[in-house]
Amino acid sequence: MTRALRLLRRRLVGSVFVLLIVVIGSFLLLEAAPGDAVDAYIVSTGGDAGMIELLRHRWGLDQSELTRLANYLWALLHLDLGQSVTFSRPIRDVILERLPTTLILMGSATALSFGLGSALGIYAGARPGSFRDRFLSVGSLALYAVPGFWLGLVLIVVFAVDLRWLPIGGIETIASAKTGFSRAADIATHLVLPVSALGFIYLALYLRMMRASMAEAWRQDFVLAARARGLTRGRIVLAHVARNALLPLVTMLGLQSAQMLGGSVVIESVFAVPGLGRLAQEAVAGRDTPLLLGIILVSAVLVIVINLLVDLAYAFLDPRVGAGEASA
Amino acid sequence: MSRLRRFLSTPEAVAGALILALLAVMALVAPLLFSGDPQAIAGPALQPPFQDWSLPLGTDRLGRDVLAELFHGARTSLAVGLAAAAAALLIGAVVGTLAGFAGGLVDEVLMRVTDAFQTVPSFLLALAFVSIVGPSLGVVVAAIALSAWTGPARVARAEVLSIRERDYVAGARVIGMHPLEIAFREVLPNALPPVLALSSVIVAAAILTEAALSFLGLGDPNRVTWGGMIAEGRTVLRTAPFLSIVPGVALVLTVLGVYLAGEGVVESTAVRRSLS
Repeated sequence: MTRALRLLRRRLVGSVFVLLIVVIGSFLLLEAAPGDAVDAYIVSTGGDAGMIELLRHRWGLDQSELTRLANYLWALLHLDLGQSVTFSRPIRDVILERLPTTLILMGSATALSFGLGSALGIYAGARPGSFRDRFLSVGSLALYAVPGFWLGLVLIVVFAVDLRWLPIGGIETIASAKTGFSRAADIATHLVLPVSALGFIYLALYLRMMRASMAEAWRQDFVLAARARGLTRGRIVLAHVARNALLPLVTMLGLQSAQMLGGSVVIESVFAVPGLGRLAQEAVAGRDTPLLLGIILVSAVLVIVINLLVDLAYAFLDPRVGAGEASA
Repeated sequence: MSRLRRFLSTPEAVAGALILALLAVMALVAPLLFSGDPQAIAGPALQPPFQDWSLPLGTDRLGRDVLAELFHGARTSLAVGLAAAAAALLIGAVVGTLAGFAGGLVDEVLMRVTDAFQTVPSFLLALAFVSIVGPSLGVVVAAIALSAWTGPARVARAEVLSIRERDYVAGARVIGMHPLEIAFREVLPNALPPVLALSSVIVAAAILTEAALSFLGLGDPNRVTWGGMIAEGRTVLRTAPFLSIVPGVALVLTVLGVYLAGEGVVESTAVRRSLS
């Protein structure tokens, strides 16, 4: 356990620096945007030059850039992301409200792509060079070439418009007053298409990685040893080759989380799912730069947390990780 | 010649090369074949495909020629994909070389910046950049490059770390070359091959990112883009799904062509390496 704690401490120190750079970067982008918070406020309320002057002074916008950066950091330390212009509410509250939907979407899509992708990868990698291996390789490449938003539209045309099996968008039936289990089932049916659209794109990635990793594992000595012990082929594939080939995929889970968050922006827009991604698009449409940067900051924190969890899982799965730093 | 033959030895690579050649021809002849403005009205609105031979793929919601839009869209996709990938590879190679060759504090700072760029979802970064600076072709290229340079930077750095210990680098030091000159004239060119091996993946990602940006309405409004066409078609998805399907198929084929050709190149060089 101390091994995992040591790893965690080292990663946390690195994360603080990374987060600081992200914050400074987003502050610079905020500065580069035309107009400031007072301009945005005045557009919706109206006011004269004297009031603009007063507001700039009160909100500290007439101070030097360094002071403003310090104020920005100080506010962030208190988890204050500022005020959203489009929603007229604190940005933190708006984001927290949308976050669970995106987490459910991302979690389900990750489970789908990781589960099905690695299973198909094992199937392809069990016989490298066979017809099914080549077929799945080219097929997964084709799948990886599909833009997620377009796959979403095609799924809507087939399953929602033509077959009418599934709802066309949204997160639940409006004003249905469902509760408990029936509400959960309602949300689940609404999520089938968006989760498929998001998950199938990344499925190809896990499939290809699992396949390549299996091909590598077949050449290891322990496979030869397992063969010499007379184990059945199925047991060698699952217990020896696939088991060792799975480790690099766990690392990929963390690296892929940032991509998935980006992908959910378009998917949530296509399916009108009220999550973080759709919020980003609404922020762009409403020219709400502080909200957009708030979303970027929260996404960065989310990605860091996911990667920490993945690192811990990795340390748990592979006893070699972090063991060499006992003296450090 | 033998290199080309080796590249075309797998059916996948041949398919990829054919798709890319077709695409390049489409992009080149677009202004000749469809000399007018592709965004001008060419016929009645929402004409289905394969009915009128002067408008083979029909028209969209505003009566624009879908085939002309498709050809001009190929121009945008290819231009943005290639320009953004070239810029990303250039930034990545320079940052990676500086970090790997300088080492110490420079390395530490540059790599933490790279970490930060990788922590922010790249599509969100591109979205924020375009929405703040304003949509135009140059800005879209810059936004995509900004979100794609980290991979090349890491690969270049790893390669430079091994190259800087070679004898010819020590030799260049002895004859008194400036460190920056050594970094960019001796080390960088030799570190390039593994970086360039990433180019097909980066071009493909750039084309997909451009499509997603213009799908969300953040493309250059004066250019026809496949993503924009899909977004246009989406408003009449129930009655005229082909308006979204056609440009989407073009996108899939293009990206697939880039992947297949890229794999062909990697495989043919891998064979050469294992033979030598």
